Amino acid sequence: MCGIVGLFFKNSEMEPELGHHFAPMLETMCSRGPDSAGFAVYDQESREGWFKLSLYHPELGYEWSKVAEGLGAVGFEKVANHVLMEVPEPDGPVLQQMQLRWPEVTVMSAGRRIQIMKDMGTPQEVVERFGVRGMRGSHAIGHTRMATESAVTTAGSHPFSTGMDVCLVHNGSLSNHNRLRLNLEREGMVFHTENDTEVAAGYLAWRLKQGKSLHDALEASLQDLDGFYTFAVGTHDGFAVLRDPVACKPAVMAETEDYVAMASEYRSLAELPGVEKARLWEPEPGVVYSWSR
Amino acid sequence: MMSTIEKRRCAGFDLDVQSVRDLNGALHAAVEPGVWEVINPKGRHALAVGLTLAHEVRIVGHAGYYCAGMNQLAKVVVEGNAGTGVAENMMSGKVHVMGNASQSAGATAHGGLLVIDGDASARCGISMKGINVVVKGSVGHMSAFMGQSGTLVVCGDAGDALGDSLYEAKLFVRGKVASLGADCVEKEMRAEHLVLLTRLLQEAGSGAKPEEFRRYGSARKLYHFHSDHVASY
Repeated sequence: MCGIVGLFFKNSEMEPELGHHFAPMLETMCSRGPDSAGFAVYDQESREGWFKLSLYHPELGYEWSKVAEGLGAVGFEKVANHVLMEVPEPDGPVLQQMQLRWPEVTVMSAGRRIQIMKDMGTPQEVVERFGVRGMRGSHAIGHTRMATESAVTTAGSHPFSTGMDVCLVHNGSLSNHNRLRLNLEREGMVFHTENDTEVAAGYLAWRLKQGKSLHDALEASLQDLDGFYTFAVGTHDGFAVLRDPVACKPAVMAETEDYVAMASEYRSLAELPGVEKARLWEPEPGVVYSWSR
Repeated sequence: MMSTIEKRRCAGFDLDVQSVRDLNGALHAAVEPGVWEVINPKGRHALAVGLTLAHEVRIVGHAGYYCAGMNQLAKVVVEGNAGTGVAENMMSGKVHVMGNASQSAGATAHGGLLVIDGDASARCGISMKGINVVVKGSVGHMSAFMGQSGTLVVCGDAGDALGDSLYEAKLFVRGKVASLGADCVEKEMRAEHLVLLTRLLQEAGSGAKPEEFRRYGSARKLYHFHSDHVASY
């Protein structure tokens, strides 16, 4: 099972309404995944030379000010058991420092625009906990999990991010993820869980790092990933959907002049503005659909 | 005593107000066939399932999974798209989808007529056991997989592996077939097939010409295990 949803605004005037439209999409998918839920939101770009971190620690009373101070953040925003902050110096060194100095903290996402939050509980509980309804941004992807191949934990929830501003949600399961994980580790990619989807996210991040476009990276995944899957992918300014060639896992898309939306089932699209006039279709098996702005 | 017209008075259901269970409960509790209109379906699952009377049900909008499943005698019209497994295990009656249908339309169904005005995606008519399916658009891959009996008519194209592991279901396709599945072959269109096809196209309200179709069916080599065919299993 599992449910996935994505909403990408083509019309930037809709950005203040992202959470308002996205939260019900996620909540409706509770019946496909009541164990945990998570989402990635792409909002305003960080200041030049700075990047956004989304961090997690299971204890609500965790002393975040030391981490913020140590990383040189100006301040931080606490949202339930997650913390959002902007830190200087993009890329490698900060993340390495995180692992050495605060190994108990998990980096959920890092990038100029992305913020990932995910946790155990029903989608309704997760939406309330993180205040999704009030969020703004250009696009968001989300996941409701019915755990099959690894435990119900916060870390095993989706979305997975293993690269700057890249994240992936997945409905299905991969059969060659162990071998692929080993191969990618040899290429320098780092993984934190036993989860198959994290490997798929790492694979995409690796392909993007090689200079491939999101579209080409997903085309390549059709060759290298074995299993069944419907993916929704978010990048700094893009959104993509891919179903495996057998297409066991469902997906429905809706497109208007203002937005592109995808969900595991039409129910999650039913309340979107103007959906009754939207172009509705099922993504073809093995075909990459992508949008950017 | 109520007149027949009064008995068949239209009952309205608004699924933003009433539940799917209210709808199906009322359809099951009725002792006489009725005319029913359902609004705001919004992709909800299991609408108008398990009907046993000759009801006429009109669903205004998109239906979710398993709409009109296990149908007997009733006529169900979906004025929109239908999700996975529309008319699955139908026994008799008619289901008409005016938009597109998702995968496994008419799965395992024993009888009745399923008409899809748009396209049907993968596995249309999977394991069909006597249903007649007319798709005015195209069908996706693995359609009529393990079909045992009944007819699948496709006015557009068929995806990969049409009729894989087919038993005795009859397949008619007007457009291109991406590929045939194991043990499915093209067969001669004889007079009795044209009669059947003409009738089904007429019942489905399709203007397609029967002579433009090609017929496919089982080569009957996979019914029993035979070591000569081991590569095909």
